[in-house]
Amino acid sequence: MYRVGAKPYPTKIMQDKLYELISRGERLDGRKPHEHRPLDIKTSVIEKAEGSALVTLGGTKIIAGVKTSLGAPYPDTPSQANIVVNAELLPLASSYFEPGPPDEKAIELARVVDRCIRESKMLDLEKLVYIPGKSVLVIYVDVYVLDYDGNYFDPSVLASVAALATARVPAFHVRDGEVVADPESRVGLPIKKLPVSVTVGFLRDKIIVDPTALEESAIDTSIVLGWSDENEVAAIQKSLPGLMRESLLDELITVTREKSIELRAKLMSAVGRIGLP
Amino acid sequence: MEKSEVRLISEEGRRIDGRALDEMRPVKIEAGVLDRSDGSAYVEVGKTKIYAAVYGPREAHPKHLAQPHKAILSCRYHMAAFSVEQRKAPGMTRREVELSKVIREALESVVLLEEFPRSAIDIYVEVIQADAGTRTAGLTAASVALADAGIPMLDLCAAVAVGKVEGKIVLDPSEEEDKMGEADMPIGMAPRLGSIVLLQLNGRLSSEEFREALKLARKGINIIYELQKRALAKKFASAEPLVEE
Repeated sequence: MYRVGAKPYPTKIMQDKLYELISRGERLDGRKPHEHRPLDIKTSVIEKAEGSALVTLGGTKIIAGVKTSLGAPYPDTPSQANIVVNAELLPLASSYFEPGPPDEKAIELARVVDRCIRESKMLDLEKLVYIPGKSVLVIYVDVYVLDYDGNYFDPSVLASVAALATARVPAFHVRDGEVVADPESRVGLPIKKLPVSVTVGFLRDKIIVDPTALEESAIDTSIVLGWSDENEVAAIQKSLPGLMRESLLDELITVTREKSIELRAKLMSAVGRIGLP
Repeated sequence: MEKSEVRLISEEGRRIDGRALDEMRPVKIEAGVLDRSDGSAYVEVGKTKIYAAVYGPREAHPKHLAQPHKAILSCRYHMAAFSVEQRKAPGMTRREVELSKVIREALESVVLLEEFPRSAIDIYVEVIQADAGTRTAGLTAASVALADAGIPMLDLCAAVAVGKVEGKIVLDPSEEEDKMGEADMPIGMAPRLGSIVLLQLNGRLSSEEFREALKLARKGINIIYELQKRALAKKFASAEPLVEE
């Protein structure tokens, strides 16, 4: 359709074309307005990580890895494990990304992924406390954008959640007031929910799901909704400049809920039967 | 978070600070409070206290950032070290970087940037006391400061947070309610346009609660919007004529 990484300079003409297509129920790449691009989730791709996943959503590719260590809990949550999410927009992923410390986009991505995991109560963090106030599991989730063609939120959440859900971490025990790792055994993390996010773009009175980079440059704005399950939204982020019509809110809820159910089903089959309640 | 022993909402439906569920904290908005800047505003929402200042349109620095067809907008949301209970390190935290981005993007939706090609408009939001709702009060203040600077906009941005506390949807959560509550959803709107410019959610809401929260937010936003307009009207009514008679 167009060269990935080529400078998108569509604006008005592009907007009109896209709007015309959406009105007919079509998209530039042949998708329907409320359709995600083809999704592929591979788990346990990095042997040295405790958990990992490589997610491809159309032209966007994300890898997430989970590492753990022992550490002190945060003072305000003495009886909860810590989660630390970091994200990087690697310069190999797009000509728009530059080397250097995480910029505002990378920080936002990490914080949105963090919110989806934390607020959905995906992990039972209280089960990962060994000595309250002193020693808890610290879970690091590192997200790298490898190839960027729009919407890095949904595949990043999918990759992070898949990596956490399939992670095998050292089993720690308290012996004589000391926390020791059992070198023999590894255990899964206590998973309660599988949150997924759905990113939508708004163009005038229309909503499209999973915008590409080209579409992102033409739409009015976009919003990410993190669904913790079928009935609960755990995180929202409006993440582009621009106006979103108040009248579209109902459709936003209906569409993202439906898509989240679809994504979660694919995620479940990728991670296999895990310790869900 | 531990289940708290303290009840945040009484049997009579009153909140810990005596407010009704759909009641805002006292809001104060002033325009034109800092003399050096091109436009400024001061906003208080309860104990939350915020200054916003606008510089520009002015020459973009560094020059390569300038856009040939429009002004670039920058925004720095920052909290003073003494604004919170535990002293905050003075540098920019990851939270401040994210909030600077969402506030800037909200304002980019309404400012007519194409009117000022090759220039920069810089917005500084300084939280001098933080007591919940700082990003929304920051956006409210920044949009008044932009209007005070005479920068053309499609509309002002008025913002407020709604929360879920002990199963109830409440308007403008206080610090305690934010910390112990189940959800916090900041919303910014361009009220005249009926459009949303900022939307975030931290915490869990059902679809029905989300709809209820939006309705409640609209109520708070209407109040803020009126106060913004009043503050600007007051500032410009008292402005001295540019040319002496």
